[in-house]
Amino acid sequence: MAIIVQRPKLKWWEQLYLPSLFVGMKVTLGHFIATLTRKTKVTMQYPEEKWDANLPDHYRGAPALVTDEHGRERCVACQLCEFICPPRAITINPEEIPSDDRWAKVEKRPRAFEIDMIRCIYCGLCEEVCPEQAIYLRKDYAITGTSRAEMVHDKKRLYEIGGVRTGLVNKWNELK
Amino acid sequence: MDWHLIIAAAIKIVVFVFFVTLPLVAMSVWAERRVSAAIQDRVGPNRVGPFGLLQAVADGIKFLLKEDFTPAHVRKFYFWLAPALTMVPALLTCAVLPFGSQLFGEKMVIADLDVGPLYVFAIASLTVYGIVLAGWASNSKYPFLGGVRSTSQMISYEICMGLSIVPLVMIYGDLNLGRIVHEQSQNGWALLPLWGEGLSLKGFGLALPIFISFIIFTTSMFAETNRLPFDLPECETELVAGYHTEYSSMKFALFFLGEYAAMIIGSGLCVTLFLGGWSLPFGWLAPATIDAEVPWWQGLIHIGAFFAKVIGFILFFIVVRWTLPRFRYDQLMRLGWVFFFEIALANVILTAILLWALK
Repeated sequence: MAIIVQRPKLKWWEQLYLPSLFVGMKVTLGHFIATLTRKTKVTMQYPEEKWDANLPDHYRGAPALVTDEHGRERCVACQLCEFICPPRAITINPEEIPSDDRWAKVEKRPRAFEIDMIRCIYCGLCEEVCPEQAIYLRKDYAITGTSRAEMVHDKKRLYEIGGVRTGLVNKWNELK
Repeated sequence: MDWHLIIAAAIKIVVFVFFVTLPLVAMSVWAERRVSAAIQDRVGPNRVGPFGLLQAVADGIKFLLKEDFTPAHVRKFYFWLAPALTMVPALLTCAVLPFGSQLFGEKMVIADLDVGPLYVFAIASLTVYGIVLAGWASNSKYPFLGGVRSTSQMISYEICMGLSIVPLVMIYGDLNLGRIVHEQSQNGWALLPLWGEGLSLKGFGLALPIFISFIIFTTSMFAETNRLPFDLPECETELVAGYHTEYSSMKFALFFLGEYAAMIIGSGLCVTLFLGGWSLPFGWLAPATIDAEVPWWQGLIHIGAFFAKVIGFILFFIVVRWTLPRFRYDQLMRLGWVFFFEIALANVILTAILLWALK
């Protein structure tokens, strides 16, 4: 069924078109002035202003390795994270801890631990699966580089991001 | 020929055209982007230089570095000629605009012609050739249609524009823009006859035809410079980019800058004719006669007043662009030929009657 839309009958001054120009200018200039006087909150100037303080607790950023309060690397190179990683971003090369080492009892540690940040999907499965609580997702999000090689985080870089975590691991301590 | 006259003219040309008008073109592109951003609750370009003021420089470098591509199917000679033909007339019209009273005894106008407005219309109508050639030489359908549209639009509105200033010429009895401005500085601006001899029944009576002229002139200028609400030559949905679809790099930039240059010159002409050119309101610091000595600081103030008015007018252009939706093509033609043309003609007669009645 066709609907016939009645065109509104315009008054003579409405047909002049000029009054509507001024009505329109009132709207645009209103926005213009509101933006100039910063009444309108426009946007965040990203690299200068950041929202880091407001990131939620559950925010999943770059994965990183942590050391404990004695400076021992927590990772025991069990490779569970390497196996669970959906995009296979993690590569671990384990080694044995020599018997004269202070932590010889731990037996294993990673010789090399690499996370390819181009592949990483920030899913957090590595953190979830880790029995030693050695890998955490930190709140770093602007991971950039000028080459593919630069985007692969090696062990040194991972400990740099991760820092130190104190407290026992879950299997000894109920509290996290 | 006196050497100092040639040198003075050369200095005025270089300073006014290359050091003032061209940077003003670049700045108005920046202003357009920032103002439109503010109107739409955005930020706009603010990265290059303080407040993004150097954005125009960055854009210029980008335009120069882009590939200057000439398609195989175009008519090369005219294709290359067209961009220059849009930019050059716009700059040529600078010659007769009085952008100040005097500075060190030198009149602040490049060529003190006795037929100022006629010269402006003669040169400005050459801009049409740039667009015709661009549309035709591109040798493809969208530029052709865009060129045809733009040409008919510009020719139609040129008539209204020319007719709209006839009342003004009748009232001042003069075609020298410098003398028209001087007259306005003494006896009230054409639009605001609030001091001097303008403060009389005659002054107020004649303000009506001048106001009608102003409306027609300004609207026609929007159409002449192909700006919204009359930017039909380059409507995205129908014609891609109109007559400059096939252009790239600096050749496109010339079209783009030519549009802004035409806008600035148009604003300058409108300010000169209707808003008292370089003069301050209420006859402040107005020289008593056209040849009276003006101190250098007053000369500078007059130049400042002219450019302040021009910049205000450019801002008006920009705000209107981001306020109004565009006209349909038949509405545009109807407005030009059925309304403005007749009103401008009637306005001439009205002015004649008023001039006779209010003698």
